[in-house]
Amino acid sequence: MCNQSVGLIQRAIEYAGVTTVSISLLREITEKTQPPRALFVPYPLGHPLGEPDDVALQTRIMRAAFALLPRTDTPILASFTP
Amino acid sequence: MAHFDDIELVERLFLKSYPFSRYAPRPDDPASTAVTPLRKPLAECTVAIITTAGLSLPAQPPFDTTNKRGDSSFREFPAAISPQQLEMNHRSWSFDQTGILRDRNLVMPLDRLREMSYRGEIGALAPHHYSFMGSIVGPHKLMRESAPEVARRLAADGVDVALLTPV
Repeated sequence: MCNQSVGLIQRAIEYAGVTTVSISLLREITEKTQPPRALFVPYPLGHPLGEPDDVALQTRIMRAAFALLPRTDTPILASFTP
Repeated sequence: MAHFDDIELVERLFLKSYPFSRYAPRPDDPASTAVTPLRKPLAECTVAIITTAGLSLPAQPPFDTTNKRGDSSFREFPAAISPQQLEMNHRSWSFDQTGILRDRNLVMPLDRLREMSYRGEIGALAPHHYSFMGSIVGPHKLMRESAPEVARRLAADGVDVALLTPV
């Protein structure tokens, strides 16, 4: 349900004039909620930024998510490659 | 990688039958299909983080984990906090909470954002960041009230970019 909630909140924020990107942990749900920009990551639920205390991995995931921001060919559901 | 199979059977069956299409974007509803193009380089953008991890500061009321429809309220955090100050109350036990309890940056990466700001990769941290709880089965109140309220506050803070993390 969290992946749907994120999509709904994301759409409201984008509507208010803020550019958004979200992390997706369940591709099937994100395909249904269709937020403007999402990065699917291959990690377990509860781990949107990969692993605890792994600064390098967390930073790489955030950079990959931010790289989607300039795109307007929405909805975008990209995949993070570890 | 997270799959449906990782989720407890009862929740999996619930998700299989849940009417997601009811809340899918509708072409006739600009609020569900709006796209805001990035107006400047990321290095000049003010960035906020929004999570559904159910985080709250010790002085804030925790999320209501007993509401079966879900608690659609939110908590606001100043940028200066350490993520490790945040406590977690979440209705869903379908995910492993131990990673977040060890390192809140897994969902509320304020430390990563500070590093990126220091290196000049982003412009600045937004003055406020937000948590919802997720596990919201009946999202009408979320869609009508709390999500637009957070969106309004972000816009009022001059936020350019929002990063959203689920659990």
